[in-house]
Amino acid sequence: MAIKTQPVTVNLGPQHPSTHGVFRMRVMFDGEEIVDVEPVFGYLHRGSEKLAEERTYTQIVTLTDRMDYVSSMLNNQAYILAVEKLAGIEPSPRGVWLRMIAAELQRIASHLVATGFLIQDLGALGTPLIYAMREREGILDLFEMLCGARITNSYLRPGGVFMDAPDEFWPALDRGLDDIVRTIDELETYLSGNEIIFSRTKGTAVLPPELLINASITGPMLRASGVDWDLRHRAPYDYYDKISFERKLHTASDNYARYWVRIQESRESVKIIKQCIEQIEPGSVRPSFDDVPRLIRPPVGDAYAAIEGSKGELGFYLVSDGGIAPYRMHVRASSLINLTLLRDMLIGGQFGDLFVTFGSIDLNMGEVDR
Amino acid sequence: MNQAFLDNSLWRNIYCVLAGDSAQCAARDYSPGMLPGGMEWLAFLLAAAAIVGLFVNGVLGGVIVLIWGERRLFGRFQSRTGPNRWGPWGTLTSVADAIKTMFKEDLVPAEADRILFNLAPILIAAPALMVFSVIPFGVGTYVADLNVGVLFIMAITSLTTLAVLTASWSSANRIAILSALRSVALLISYEIPMALAVVGVIMLAGSMSLGEIIQAQGVPFILVQPLGFFVFFLAAMAEMARAPFDLTEAESELAAGYLNDYASMKFGLFFLAEFMAEISTSAIITTLFLSGWRGFDPIPSHFWFGAKLIAVLFVIIWFRMTLPRLRIDQVLKFAWKGLFELTMINIVVTAILIFIWPQPTTAQLWYMAAVNWPVAIVSIWAVSKLLGTPAYEQTQPDLNAPTYPVGSEDIPASSAYVPEVKTQTSLQEGGD
Repeated sequence: MAIKTQPVTVNLGPQHPSTHGVFRMRVMFDGEEIVDVEPVFGYLHRGSEKLAEERTYTQIVTLTDRMDYVSSMLNNQAYILAVEKLAGIEPSPRGVWLRMIAAELQRIASHLVATGFLIQDLGALGTPLIYAMREREGILDLFEMLCGARITNSYLRPGGVFMDAPDEFWPALDRGLDDIVRTIDELETYLSGNEIIFSRTKGTAVLPPELLINASITGPMLRASGVDWDLRHRAPYDYYDKISFERKLHTASDNYARYWVRIQESRESVKIIKQCIEQIEPGSVRPSFDDVPRLIRPPVGDAYAAIEGSKGELGFYLVSDGGIAPYRMHVRASSLINLTLLRDMLIGGQFGDLFVTFGSIDLNMGEVDR
Repeated sequence: MNQAFLDNSLWRNIYCVLAGDSAQCAARDYSPGMLPGGMEWLAFLLAAAAIVGLFVNGVLGGVIVLIWGERRLFGRFQSRTGPNRWGPWGTLTSVADAIKTMFKEDLVPAEADRILFNLAPILIAAPALMVFSVIPFGVGTYVADLNVGVLFIMAITSLTTLAVLTASWSSANRIAILSALRSVALLISYEIPMALAVVGVIMLAGSMSLGEIIQAQGVPFILVQPLGFFVFFLAAMAEMARAPFDLTEAESELAAGYLNDYASMKFGLFFLAEFMAEISTSAIITTLFLSGWRGFDPIPSHFWFGAKLIAVLFVIIWFRMTLPRLRIDQVLKFAWKGLFELTMINIVVTAILIFIWPQPTTAQLWYMAAVNWPVAIVSIWAVSKLLGTPAYEQTQPDLNAPTYPVGSEDIPASSAYVPEVKTQTSLQEGGD
């Protein structure tokens, strides 16, 4: 006898423990299988791009901190690169090295958060998450030494950074890097070899690389599908052309591959920071106020600068009308663009994998909604 | 009254106090001295009330201590301190929690089936308490030594799922329904390996009475029945929906599953039942596989039981803290393709051994252990090979390949680009 069944629509979020912020999904289930997904977002919209039109170019740095609040330094870096390109500012070398160190530390912190929350979504009751967050604390302590702030750093300024690192920073950084390597080893021992994690993430939410490229997905999601696309290597900004690092790729393009690529990239970031420490030179951390005044008035025009953020290509587009504030600012938010393939990843999958897949995108609602 | 039932149990001890004549009790004479003739039933009633009061409050006290201990252990596992503010070492934290839970507003959803909604917490708490009636906590400390004790436990623990089903159906919540379906699937799958895992123990002891099973354990059955213990432990974890089988509550997916709409003390009863189930499961494992209250002589039997109970609880909490959750299809596959086969191997091997040594002495139990351990290790290894996920064949692409794959004009059929109007409307239709 055939049993009559009917798909059930369930509303998940915005108040849900696993939506990484305030994200809402209307999901249609047939038993445990996902039939349809309708993402709803905008709950964290703060109008950052519009607010930027009322701020000076230096003040906007604080707005960028609050977009992707787990990788503020990278947001700062992308924005500052756009301002430098727009106003034609030549940055001072020590400032550039310092902001590269800060950016790579932030990348590790962001990947640790992504990994920790991915395991949390897999159902581990907080233990791996807290181990990852504990290491992130060490990185935040380093940021505190650099600029006095932990989350919303606002460390970068047009032309460099706003203050030099204190003397205690360098030994602390060496110790911190050792700690990070040890933590990554620990995470890899307990997570990569874990049968439950492997069996739950392998082969789920597979996306073909052609589809990823067509949807302009970037970052670890794209590299997990075997596409060798890293802006630090393809279009070097700052001094990344003076740095050598491996591009870690995986061909499986499933949840495990995305997790694996993040872990391996964190290792590469440690190597990059070590090279930065070797090559850093003394000097001023930013140009003098005669060269770069506090109120920058870029010439009329527009500029787009992009960096390899922790989640993908993070770009800032600025239009200047010659005034002290941009006429228009637009952010190419990697989280938002990576989210566009959510339906392709989820439909046909299991309910148990829903939030794992969602977590493997590593999105940040602050950046999606801005 | 059944003489054998009265002898050597809590009933007798309490009855003797009430009867007020220890000489009569010692002589197994149950006619009361303190009470007038024909009032024997009153003494039994009072003894019953005293036992129920003792057990319920004892178990609740145990739950309070367990919640505190579990939180402290969570803290240690997660490299933080855990609760340490309220009372010495935070021991009063769970008392404060209990008071807070009682004073919360008792909300009932508008669409809920009120009768079933109110019945479900009672349905879940009663069986969780009833299990304790057959467990011997020490020499003479049990309510009843049923001759079908194991069967009673199996029957009573299954009632939990009925309560979960009632709770989720009556709260008219779709997420709760999903949770209930998972709960039923878990029960149907894991009841079978759980029952079959005990068969080996029953064969060795020659009885289903928990008292006699303890008597038969000259060697703890965890050594004689390693495979049985392995399967029973995992099946029991699934039965009480603990990590890595906590699919019914699944915090990161279903938020709380069937508990979603419960508040105040109704939620508190579910919470209590969960921890009571944890204690009772540990007690059953201790009794069946760790030789219950048996130990060396100068230390009283209750301490042995308590120490073994705490050891099993620790392992359960350790599991919960460490492992992520399995998916429902994997959980069911594990039960039917893994644990079921292991129990079958265990039953066959144990049956052959019993055929060789029908009434095993302690020495013969050791021989059995020597046979069973290699069998257990080989069969668990074989099942893990069969069920394990194969590794990737290739992970690193060729970086020296001429180009990377590029996007094409023929866009694959993707919902991300072409919003299907049909699906949008069907979502709205399916909504109600």
